[in-house]
Amino acid sequence: MREFQGRVVSPGKLTAKALVSHGGLNTLASFQKALQFGDKKATCGDQNNPDLYGKEMAGKALCLPRTIGSTTGGLVLYCACSMGRQPACLLFSEPIDSLAAAGAVLADVWLEGDHTSMPVVDSLGEEFLNYVQDGMTINVLPDGRVQII
Amino acid sequence: MSEKMKLTAEQQAILDGEKGETLAKVMETLVRYGELFGADSMVPVTSQYNHLVTSFGLKALGPVYDLMDKLIAEGAASQQKFSADPRPLDKNVPSSFLQNFVFQNFMYTKQDFYEEQLQKLGLMDKDAFTCACYMDQVGNTPKEGDILSWSESSAVVYANSVLGARCNRNSGIIDLMGSVVGYVPNFGLLTDEGRKATWVVEIKTTKKPEAQLLGSAIGMKVMEDVPYIVGLDQWLGTLDDGAKTYLKDFGAATASNGAVGLYHVEGITPEAVRLGRELVAEDAQVYVVDDAELQRVYDSYPLVWKNKNAKPKLCFMGCPHMSLEQLTTWTQRVERGLKESGKKKVVIPTVFTAAPAVIKEFEATPYAERLKQTGVILSYICPLMYMNNPLSGKMPVITSSNKLRTYTTARYYTDDEILVQITKGGN
Repeated sequence: MREFQGRVVSPGKLTAKALVSHGGLNTLASFQKALQFGDKKATCGDQNNPDLYGKEMAGKALCLPRTIGSTTGGLVLYCACSMGRQPACLLFSEPIDSLAAAGAVLADVWLEGDHTSMPVVDSLGEEFLNYVQDGMTINVLPDGRVQII
Repeated sequence: MSEKMKLTAEQQAILDGEKGETLAKVMETLVRYGELFGADSMVPVTSQYNHLVTSFGLKALGPVYDLMDKLIAEGAASQQKFSADPRPLDKNVPSSFLQNFVFQNFMYTKQDFYEEQLQKLGLMDKDAFTCACYMDQVGNTPKEGDILSWSESSAVVYANSVLGARCNRNSGIIDLMGSVVGYVPNFGLLTDEGRKATWVVEIKTTKKPEAQLLGSAIGMKVMEDVPYIVGLDQWLGTLDDGAKTYLKDFGAATASNGAVGLYHVEGITPEAVRLGRELVAEDAQVYVVDDAELQRVYDSYPLVWKNKNAKPKLCFMGCPHMSLEQLTTWTQRVERGLKESGKKKVVIPTVFTAAPAVIKEFEATPYAERLKQTGVILSYICPLMYMNNPLSGKMPVITSSNKLRTYTTARYYTDDEILVQITKGGN
């Protein structure tokens, strides 16, 4: 088991399977199709992201460096949470960017109920992203520790 | 709640709920958002107008409209009037029966409803829909030093860089919330320190670099950092209408191919003119851009069309929206191209997009009729919103916009190549 310490953006405790993007997550391109056409598994629609394209994001521990793309990014994440189609958590190797931060805070402040929850931890470091692989089991603890089993 | 950020008595009172639960949540959102970036305080928004990225009544964004309803119901309207990004639909833009069916029944079903919401929240004009809100004709042009709560990456980078205003790369909803309480968290590009360049980019090309290509190269290299660009002034001269148009397209490419929110161009942009290399951080990295580097970047773009040799069915120009200067110049270029090829009309359906207010002014010039004669369609649409239709995504669409290339399946060509494609036919 490897353990990484990050900073808590939105607190939570959970266990989920890892889904890894080594490039930035283009939030709008990744989620739009899923939100638009009722795909509850949130299949990634970003053709420019070879790590994620065509993979189911809902319920996964999404490990990534940052989000990129349109400034609709935050509200797209907020909508994904509201509809229960969000990843189980977002685990950033880098300090969080302003668009993902907006999505995380909006969901935490404005939505209620377990089905809308999306814990977020950032600043886990480059080594975290080098180590973690698709399908590994991830434990996220409320103090920002992330365990990879 | 707020241990790190110092709030004024008024801000604390809002956070404590003295002006109602909804405003308290708005303030809590902004405070928590700011604290993630080490903001020390909330500072007043000083621009006359705001700008919002969300202009489209997309069915998928239902939760956003619910949130806006909540703000309206609580009387939490924006303290500023605002413009918003372009409308997603225009019947003048070619689309098939099936595309229209998807647009109207699955995608933009909330358009009328959402535009009503925007009116209630403070839209500055019923046609204030453009990503290039800073154009003189639109009238949302911040002053140097103004503090903004804008979103729309291309508008934010233009306001910061070319106008010298101060704005972070805010997300949709956060943009509106800053306007509702009248404050934004003080961090990043709002601070002198955050506006320092951590990259020096040396332009060593043998001709004026293509704006969209140079922006793409710099965006992909520096990502969210601030570049200080040396050697571009020899190609731009002064900050006239032509240079502003160039920087509009250049900046949009830096912001979409990377996440640039501010750049300085030596001798051209206002802070670079005033402060020069004082803006460069001590340990700044260096990136040299020459002809070979631009070619490398161009060659790196993936072509995601299923049939890579397909004949283009549509061409979009104007992401971000074209300036008046651009519409005029391009009218002349298309006319010249057609004359050379011996054709009367463009050979690929071609759409030029611009702000409604820019179109209105353009239509008062003789160039409007001349452009119409070439077969080019003029529209206020957002090409991105058009391309987000899965059926549009399967069409072979070409563009000279690096932003459109990045977010959609559209194929990028340089301006000269686009001209050949639409006046002579490429494939």
